[in-house]
Amino acid sequence: MEITTRSLWTLVHGMGFGALYLLACSGALVELYRRYSAHNDVPAAARDDKFLGVYLAAMAAMAWLAVLTGSYVIYPWYRAVPPAGLHNLGAFPRSLLLSSPSTSGWHSLGMEWKEYIAWLAPISITMAAAVALQYGRNLKRQPQLRSAVLCFVWVSLLAAGVAAFFGATINKHAPVEGGNTIQLMHGE
Amino acid sequence: MHAPIAAPLSSSEEIANGAGAAAILAAGVGAFLVGVLAVAADKSAAIKDLMNFWKPTGALSGVTTSAVVIWLVVWAILHARWRNRSVALASVNATALMLLALGLLLTFPPLADLL
Repeated sequence: MEITTRSLWTLVHGMGFGALYLLACSGALVELYRRYSAHNDVPAAARDDKFLGVYLAAMAAMAWLAVLTGSYVIYPWYRAVPPAGLHNLGAFPRSLLLSSPSTSGWHSLGMEWKEYIAWLAPISITMAAAVALQYGRNLKRQPQLRSAVLCFVWVSLLAAGVAAFFGATINKHAPVEGGNTIQLMHGE
Repeated sequence: MHAPIAAPLSSSEEIANGAGAAAILAAGVGAFLVGVLAVAADKSAAIKDLMNFWKPTGALSGVTTSAVVIWLVVWAILHARWRNRSVALASVNATALMLLALGLLLTFPPLADLL
């Protein structure tokens, strides 16, 4: 069982940071709705208020790691230009996708949307974390601040969802492969 | 083990909303800048070259670095000005959400191509 270093980085970026961020996003939304619901009369414990801020800050760290690894580790491999006359474009995903009308849209729509929309996730969730950490339990008394935080968390979920969908499908059509091979275990 | 007993909430009058408003508006500006700079780099070869901070990543490096740096600078300035006072949050929210929506729309290639 082997894996290439580029493939491993893609896993770290997509499954490690990206997918975990999406899961965490749904948790954050549930917690925000539950905590600030008009029907929730039970005061939150101070520990819970701190937890929300720390949880959102951890999400922000994950979102930044996802976009930074995506943009500065994987994207250069994806967009590398093949030498002239090369027929096997397997190591050059962008060129491979653009070489056929049946796959070019995955780059021209998918990657070109993904590469920018993904950055809205860390910006949005960093703001949400900062507001939650700054206001703590007083956020309960700031409905307009809460509404804005909620909207930005929804947008961060949308941005991360678009990026994750296209990342997964693009990697299915033209995987980022290459680099050293890491042997995980010997076969039988 | 029981959670700590909740302390009484402070009244909203005691808590200035300026710091939160600064973070919200700055995030809207940051999202908008990502969209605007992405379209600008796509439409203009000169801006695309200007945004090419790191060749392996191309214009993406300059677009996102510029947007993030300006977002943080705007946030720092707004925070310094608003942190101890309350501002009209409805207007701030409306502006920030409009900027966020525009940023989202501008990153969508078919829409950006229409400009």
